[in-house]
Amino acid sequence: MSSDAPPRFVPDPDGRNADFYRHLASGRLHVQHCDDCARALHPPRYACSQCGSDSLRFVPSEGRGRVFSWTVTHRPVDPGWAAELPYATVVVEMDEGVRLVGAWRGPRDALALDLPVVAEVEQVSDGFALLWFRPADGGAGEGG
Amino acid sequence: MPSPSAHPLRGRTAIVGVGETEYVRGADETPVQLMLRASRAALADAGLSAGDLDGIVPPPGYTSAEEIAANLGVEDLHFAVTVHLGGASPTASLKSAAMAIHSGLATHVLVVVGWNGFSAFRPRPGIKPPRYGLDPASVGNVTMDYYLPYGARTAAQFYSFILMRYKQLYGIRDEEAGEIAVAARAHAQLNEKALMRGRPLDFDEYLASPFVAEPLRKLDCCVETDCAAAVVMTSAERARDLRHTPVLYLGGAEGHPYPADDITNRPDPFRVGLSLAAPRAFAMAGVGPHEMDFLQVYDCFTYTVMVQLEALGLCGRGEAGDWVKGGRTRLGGEMPMNTHGGLLSQGHMWGMNHVVEATRQLRRTAGEAQVKDAEIGLVTGWGDFGDGSIAILGRGA
Repeated sequence: MSSDAPPRFVPDPDGRNADFYRHLASGRLHVQHCDDCARALHPPRYACSQCGSDSLRFVPSEGRGRVFSWTVTHRPVDPGWAAELPYATVVVEMDEGVRLVGAWRGPRDALALDLPVVAEVEQVSDGFALLWFRPADGGAGEGG
Repeated sequence: MPSPSAHPLRGRTAIVGVGETEYVRGADETPVQLMLRASRAALADAGLSAGDLDGIVPPPGYTSAEEIAANLGVEDLHFAVTVHLGGASPTASLKSAAMAIHSGLATHVLVVVGWNGFSAFRPRPGIKPPRYGLDPASVGNVTMDYYLPYGARTAAQFYSFILMRYKQLYGIRDEEAGEIAVAARAHAQLNEKALMRGRPLDFDEYLASPFVAEPLRKLDCCVETDCAAAVVMTSAERARDLRHTPVLYLGGAEGHPYPADDITNRPDPFRVGLSLAAPRAFAMAGVGPHEMDFLQVYDCFTYTVMVQLEALGLCGRGEAGDWVKGGRTRLGGEMPMNTHGGLLSQGHMWGMNHVVEATRQLRRTAGEAQVKDAEIGLVTGWGDFGDGSIAILGRGA
């Protein structure tokens, strides 16, 4: 982005969402897991929606998943992203089972259901980072 | 008509008054003023005065029951609740009113909604915006922390997270989504209160419409308007003494998808609130979806209409695009839908305009848009990230 572009929105999360982003801002995606039943949870919760346990922790992720859905935005609804128009935002089903929203770093015409993708982290501050996804090696255009 | 047995709420309450403002791009009045005007119109339509009201259900934002009561002169308010289902709130609010009336907690309940859906995004110089807007919804934390950072900040983008998958999985074609937009516009030509009256739409113009957030084109999206609408409900017994043919509340329900606060992490993204609410409402009313004479479906977007038609059980998963083809949902067709023009072409009044239109149809005062011999019909609501509501309404005696 050019230096005169408007700044992008940075949230000020609290609770478990702040924990999620503190981990992401360390440079590696972490996904919340339940210690008792091993279920992965996203958005992060205060208690496991499967077993009720409050013994939850963030576990480093390999960052691999498949495209579940996406949208391509064509209008300047967000000044911080207007320079990228049209831009794709993807919903990725991670190997852990949870789905994450991220920005797309790859050819838009490669987007397809089940396309294998990998996460990349863009550190923004100590408490926040953006999640990007790009086609996994050899994955572009191979969406099955 | 269904028997009066079974569910205790079936047919026990009625809509007896409706009112609405114009649907405009840029009103001179504030949302509260618009709501007061719609409320007075609904009271006048019912032949009641503000002093008769003892219950108020306001929208989730912009005002309060107390502010409405103070301006109308309701001195002894017995019942006030606010329903937080985004655009599904007004249709779900009918259920709250029906419960209060049937239980004896209130006699005449006003359900009102209004907003500056156009002006909120386009402030005019010299006109001070209202202090209060929409209440923060249940979806606030997830939206703020996980969607907004990625340049996704509009409903069109959030819903596209599931609608693109729907389009891809079921091979939805342009002419299928387009039929919903074109049919709504055709019906709006018959409605003197429709924003898009006088602006017919054909399929070529739909196809030329630019994408907003794929798969949604501009003409897949409803029209932003400043407006208000209101209804007054009372008991079915009391309704018989009032001016109009009562419109009976035969059944209704709300449903919340799981999890409701994140549209992307539902095991089945097309199991929406209405998927859960519709079977309960049909059981309550003792009827099925194919027995409806008309549908007023919450049409914030064409594709969300398709998801709701399937949730209602009118057709199978992925079949709604095919189901709407051939004029089935147009006036004169087998199942006329959004006979007022809907959110797509009348105006975005959170579906309260759908309730007003259903009432007119069942009174048989819908003019050129009248569905012949209309006896029973339904209204749906859709809000936040797919919360759903439904009301099944019937013509009373």
